[in-house]
Amino acid sequence: MSGHEDKLLPTPSPETTPFWAGCREHKLLVQRCSACGHHQFYPRILCTECASDRVDWVEATGRGKVKSFTIVRRPVTAAYADETPYVIALIELDEGPTLMSNVVQCDVDTVRIGMPVAVSFEAWSDDITMPLFRPVV
Amino acid sequence: MTSLRGQVAIVGAADTRVGKVPEFSATQLCVDAALRALADAGIGKDQVDGLITCNSMAEPHMYHAEMIAEYLQIFPRFCMTAAAGGGTAFAVLQHAASAIVTGVCETVVISMADSLRTGLTREQAMVIQSSAGHKQFETPFGPTVPAFYALIAQAHMAAYGTTPEQLAAVAVACRRHAGRNPTAQMRDPISIDDVLESRLIADPLHLLDCSLVSDGGSAIVLTRADRATDFPHDPVYLLGVGEGHGHEHISQARSLTTSAAVDAGRRAYQMAGVGPGDIDVAGIYDCFTPVVLVELEDLGFCKKGEAGAFVADGGLDLGGPLPTNTHGGLLSHCHPGNPGSMYHLTECIAQLRRQAGDRQVADAEVALVHAQGGVMSSHCTLILGRET
Repeated sequence: MSGHEDKLLPTPSPETTPFWAGCREHKLLVQRCSACGHHQFYPRILCTECASDRVDWVEATGRGKVKSFTIVRRPVTAAYADETPYVIALIELDEGPTLMSNVVQCDVDTVRIGMPVAVSFEAWSDDITMPLFRPVV
Repeated sequence: MTSLRGQVAIVGAADTRVGKVPEFSATQLCVDAALRALADAGIGKDQVDGLITCNSMAEPHMYHAEMIAEYLQIFPRFCMTAAAGGGTAFAVLQHAASAIVTGVCETVVISMADSLRTGLTREQAMVIQSSAGHKQFETPFGPTVPAFYALIAQAHMAAYGTTPEQLAAVAVACRRHAGRNPTAQMRDPISIDDVLESRLIADPLHLLDCSLVSDGGSAIVLTRADRATDFPHDPVYLLGVGEGHGHEHISQARSLTTSAAVDAGRRAYQMAGVGPGDIDVAGIYDCFTPVVLVELEDLGFCKKGEAGAFVADGGLDLGGPLPTNTHGGLLSHCHPGNPGSMYHLTECIAQLRRQAGDRQVADAEVALVHAQGGVMSSHCTLILGRET
């Protein structure tokens, strides 16, 4: 996990601690509303569809597709220089929610909108494991 | 319900020097802009009873507008600091107009400035601006500001066949306008090939698809319409204003290719009683080239998916169907951050006053300016006219 310490690492908050704990166990957690079945991400204290407060953490399949992407040629800080160029993508999970991530384990020039991807976890520090995505072959 | 239509007028407008202005701090630029706008309106600082500013990234203050009032030694009845990114300038016009119409105050100065070019290092400017991302669920992956907007460009290209050449045409049009504007930061003509051959920053955006990083300030003076003819220049009346708010973070956007500009535009047109076909000159927020395409479509100047062809066919040029960003825009005039949209506004004021010189749009009667902040997050549209 060397080389990630200086990145802009997340600081879990009370609302997101279960998500980051899930990542450490290689589980991608999203919220599901037990009143209407809606899935959502990021976590909230209400269901954005029906306003119920009965939102529970569930494990997502970790599968989805690339909704949009770009190849970053100039890194945001020096801590990201080693893997530049890198892919920033919006991933639409099979359950519905969209999240931002990197698409890894492939040539950056092969990424396409609509490409099927699956989550692939990577430890960036003792506390933080990041949910990245790789192409599904 | 009272409408703001025709109730207030802009009676003063001015920009500071823009580009690299190392001899002035962001605070000085904000004060300088306000003083210039007051001089343009022919009034003194003691006639100001309302003040709106935006905070500065280079020289932030906890209570920015209060600090500027204190610096000027004015004691307003209405004083606020706005923060809605690039949409800041226009959204506060709605608040200022409401305050004037309801009698809270009579004469409002809106002054905005920052020193992103010389007041911050490049690294500082990049990190501060990319902090627009969600701190836990976006920023750690390393997105830059161009990357956020590249996501929109890629989606528009995939959905509608928009090409890098069409994106580049936005930058070329803005540079052509800037060539006629002595105050613009970048004035040398560029071609489509120049844009496409400039360095890739975040695919498909090249360096010349990205706006400038600048120092600069700009301010306007707003007052009641029934007082508006007591000032030196032709008044510019506020005919319509509308906001639209879709999300904060791009990963939460309901659509990547249609924005809340649809809502902002509809509300502004409705108040003004005009439509896209009535607009003579426009200022369209152009932090990155794809933003202009989405906004042109969302504001009804062309159908969804057709803005690339509209721009490539000369749609934004003088003599074209919608002369746009005739000062050069954020792409070629200047972009000091939050104040960026102020220059679209002061340019459209110059156009409606018929003071735009070589770049004057003949017989301009009605102007539309649109700004967005965040990552296509908060939108505001203004419609301005020479007559109520």
